[in-house]
Amino acid sequence: MAINWFKYSSPASFYFLAGKMIPIFVFAAVILLIAGLYVGFFVAPTDFQQGEAYRIIFIHVPAAWMSMFLYVVMAFWAGIGLAFNTRLSSMFATAIAPTGAMFTFIALWTGALWGKPMWGTWWVWDARLTSELILLFLYIGFMSLQAAIDDPRRADKAGAIIALVGVVNIPIIYFSVQWWNTLHQGASVSINQAPSMATTMLMGMLIMVLASWMYSIAVILKRARVIILERESHTAWVAELRKKGAEQ
Amino acid sequence: MKTRHKRLAIIASAVTALGVASILVLNAFQSNLVFFFSPSQVAAKEVPIGKSFRIGGLVAEGSVQREDSSTTVRFAVTDTAQTIPVVYTGILPDLFREGKGVVAQGKMSAAGIFEADEVLAKHDENYMPPEAAEALEKAAKSQKASLVE
Repeated sequence: MAINWFKYSSPASFYFLAGKMIPIFVFAAVILLIAGLYVGFFVAPTDFQQGEAYRIIFIHVPAAWMSMFLYVVMAFWAGIGLAFNTRLSSMFATAIAPTGAMFTFIALWTGALWGKPMWGTWWVWDARLTSELILLFLYIGFMSLQAAIDDPRRADKAGAIIALVGVVNIPIIYFSVQWWNTLHQGASVSINQAPSMATTMLMGMLIMVLASWMYSIAVILKRARVIILERESHTAWVAELRKKGAEQ
Repeated sequence: MKTRHKRLAIIASAVTALGVASILVLNAFQSNLVFFFSPSQVAAKEVPIGKSFRIGGLVAEGSVQREDSSTTVRFAVTDTAQTIPVVYTGILPDLFREGKGVVAQGKMSAAGIFEADEVLAKHDENYMPPEAAEALEKAAKSQKASLVE
């Protein structure tokens, strides 16, 4: 029997599926986070140039990757919601935004902490740093625009347009270090080249990336569940949940 | 064509158009988006005259001279083709080293010396333990030696 995928595009069935999935992702996130931090702080060797200070890479790079990746996913679901008028896709986009904004902030903040001792400055207006800051403003713009419009369906549409317009910024962030002279160095890990990092350093970083993935999925599913309950509060199944909750 | 397919097509073409537009804009801005100029560009007088700008390159080997009584440092920035002398008073970042990347902000003096008021270190994307770096250096040296022979 084929699985009916469209079944899970209904908010009601997705709500219960997400509820079952969250603990798995929370568990995976905790395990990977502990493993990643252990490798990062105790197993990975000291760097030949930067000494111990380079270890902030284990937070900085996963956060920066997630900030870009989550934006693309958010824009994708917002676009699907805009094109097909599917409620769950738009709710998903709304659920992704705060996590994406958080990772963008972490990337900028750890970058500043790293830049001061290594480069000699907290902040410079080079192409990489500036485009990442624009990404933070895009996330904040998306969230505040949605919050400013009372009708959720109209808020979804307006937000989707910001999200889609902002997608052009993602390749700019990614390729900024290749296209222009920047203070930020080039990519250590890329698709078409062997990574320019020692293996244990790379392992630690990749485990941290996986941990960030698991964390993001868990938090976004949780937030999507809350949004579903809010927006579907007029339906019979939510009313039934409420009744069950009141009885307990 | 269903309405929702039409909507998808409109969105897809709008995003594509926007992408093309931004490529064109970025292309037009190319020269204004540089964070720093190379010593060759400085030598070819491609830099803004009378205004503060940044130069970037490697600190030339053996060029760093510190004054004993102050924090004034003299060094040269090179891109192997051209070399520009720089003078700077202040504290240098930890990663400031001969043969490593540097970005300095300041003005050209009439004497052709770059007077920097900010010096930043630019490091590369390589991360490795010190032993590996040493081994690489040794290998490079022995290769050089064998080339000379």
